[in-house]
Amino acid sequence: MASTVRQDFQYASPTHQAETAIAGMWLFLATEVLFFGGLILCWIYSRHFNAPGFDAGARQTALWIGTLNTAILVTSSLVYAIGLAFVRAGDTRRLIQCCLLTLALGIAFLGLKFGLEWRLDFAHHLFPADPYFWIAGSLSGGARLFFVFYFISTALHGLHMVIGVGLLLWIIRRARRGEFSPLYHTPVQVVGLYWSFVDVVWIILYPLIYLVGRGQ
Amino acid sequence: MSAVTADGTVAVEKSGIEGSYLTDGYTLRSWLLTTDHKRIALLYLAAITMFFFIGGFAAALVRLNLIVPQGLLGSAETYNRLFTMHGVVMVWFFLVPAVPVTLGNFLIPLMLGARDLAFPRLNLLSWYLFMLGGAVTLWALFAGGVDTGWTFYTPLSTMYSKSHVVLAATGIFISGFSSIATGLNFIVSIHRLRAPGMTWYRMPVFLWSLYSLGVLMVLATPVLAITLLLLALERVFHIGVFDPAIGGDPLLFQHLFWFYSHPAVYIMILPGFGVVSEIIPAFSRKRIFGYKFIVWASVSIAVISFFVWGHHMFVAGTSLYSAVLFSILSYLVAVPSAIKVFNWLGTMHKGFIRFDAPMLYALGFIGLFTIGGLTGLWVAALAADVHLTQTYFVVAHFHYIMVGGMVSAFFGGLHFWWPKITGRLYPEMWARVAALVMFIGFNLTFFPQFILGYLGMPRRYFSYAPEFQVLNVLSSAGASILASAYLLPLGYLVWSLLYGERATGNPWGATGLEWQTASPPPTANFVETPVVTQGPYHYPTPESMQLHG
Repeated sequence: MASTVRQDFQYASPTHQAETAIAGMWLFLATEVLFFGGLILCWIYSRHFNAPGFDAGARQTALWIGTLNTAILVTSSLVYAIGLAFVRAGDTRRLIQCCLLTLALGIAFLGLKFGLEWRLDFAHHLFPADPYFWIAGSLSGGARLFFVFYFISTALHGLHMVIGVGLLLWIIRRARRGEFSPLYHTPVQVVGLYWSFVDVVWIILYPLIYLVGRGQ
Repeated sequence: MSAVTADGTVAVEKSGIEGSYLTDGYTLRSWLLTTDHKRIALLYLAAITMFFFIGGFAAALVRLNLIVPQGLLGSAETYNRLFTMHGVVMVWFFLVPAVPVTLGNFLIPLMLGARDLAFPRLNLLSWYLFMLGGAVTLWALFAGGVDTGWTFYTPLSTMYSKSHVVLAATGIFISGFSSIATGLNFIVSIHRLRAPGMTWYRMPVFLWSLYSLGVLMVLATPVLAITLLLLALERVFHIGVFDPAIGGDPLLFQHLFWFYSHPAVYIMILPGFGVVSEIIPAFSRKRIFGYKFIVWASVSIAVISFFVWGHHMFVAGTSLYSAVLFSILSYLVAVPSAIKVFNWLGTMHKGFIRFDAPMLYALGFIGLFTIGGLTGLWVAALAADVHLTQTYFVVAHFHYIMVGGMVSAFFGGLHFWWPKITGRLYPEMWARVAALVMFIGFNLTFFPQFILGYLGMPRRYFSYAPEFQVLNVLSSAGASILASAYLLPLGYLVWSLLYGERATGNPWGATGLEWQTASPPPTANFVETPVVTQGPYHYPTPESMQLHG
């Protein structure tokens, strides 16, 4: 099974194909930057005109969960990168272990985010369309707007995480079949780019949600 | 599969159609699960033809309504749904994809000297996404329709409209991923799959324009995606970003929408530039004039297009400062556009011009695009725009670009490469007639609209003042002529599939790698990977012609 180096007929060599796949993923990430960028631009723009309401919203968020999740996600990217180093050295068993750990960290993130944090948010009447929305008075509008962004951005980020979990399972499956080697591990690299990108999105969302305006 | 041998080559050249991508499997499965860029191009061609006639039918009903001042259809609600349907279908399911997914898909690997695009399965996926998005949007449009116009402005779309906004937006959202996948595939293919010797400056202009288009698709479409998502969520939950009641901003929607939709205008027209830049040298028997200027004009149009969206909002309440800035930036677009027009004229100068149908379409393109472009300067001027905005002048202006320009280019390209795609020649006389009728019908339809708009007739109204009737009747009469010009090719092109004369590999005597393989090409495109040793338009120079003549 060592010779499962993939080469479609439009490529001159396996290296040519591998580098092209990686270029494709980078370009896809450029699309993603504009997708999340549009959202974040709206967020900053709306915040500019409703700063006190956004601050009041930010103070209601669960800082400890957000911080823990940031640590979890950054660690998961590190673990995956170590896995990539292992497959380059030819150690598929260690690659699988790293992927499993990355997977566990990703699922822990999703559990904390949606199993715990969102549940608390709903219980505290922080869902913006909730008729008994927690923050009343003059700050209510801005705070609702904050939670509109909060829920949309975390949902979209969560969706990307779920896709990432699916991709990790796919990598693990292929690794167990012995399809990867130091010569061919393009999918591992491509998924790694994606996973790290989702990580970077969170690193930008973390201060926007939990930190900016919290001390006001 | 086609393991093409030296023997196979001979067979291909002899009979034309044997051993081509068309004969590589006859089952439905071999089409619906194909990853061959040429077959996917044909799948797309069938799909966008359908969308073109659906959108065209809605336009026909709009023009029918406007024959009498009080409106013939009897209901303003119906009228609103019809022009929305026309706009949505034509913009997202015809104009944006038309040339790139059909001619682009078919020709990029051939022009590059490659066997396929970089990601053939992604290419097939993009077709399915397109069909799914199209099906969802059509469902919305036929299950009651949408009455917001194709622009979905808030707060009408989020709060007041009683129509299927969410469903229509979902369809457009899905088809957006198809656009992104296509653009990504094009860019990566052009970077990575050029044949040996195919340097950037040896690429045909068509490839440069599709490269620029790919950049726009990849970078602008995701902004539309997030905008439509915010719009749909706001409509579902009755609370959101564009809601002024909680401190949101309805104008923010317009900024985001035009941040996509203005580049989208260039997504629509750039491939048209590319097509015309291929046709004109081929039918002038002459090297293209100012190659580097033309290709960099494409690239600069793509770049500038990201910085002009504010000109759609001059009267929407933006600041004077931003309006002046956007006005100046919009004038900038005229520079690369004019460079292209002058270079096409320069190419024809002292050329040996043949008036075959593709050339007629290309000449029509130059004239109509120039009128559309010059009237763009009127509406880019702040003071004039206050008078002209939201009138038929704007409608006429962008139809000169989109229909006069883009649709002419699409038909020109379709005729030019038809022998390559199908292996058959179309009937030349019928095609010339169709091209002329299209030019006449188009001008009769839209030129009166310039005057109507200048006189103050607002767009998107179901009824109008009686003094505008003569011009409106002229416009509707023109629309019926235009419709016949669109139905003609449908008839004779289908006829040519069965009875058309067999085409040789290079019926036009054109340069370009796509003409150096058989018509229709084998599945692998080239028997041997071509090696490129010269620029794309190596037609004889006038000097060398004089030498021999």
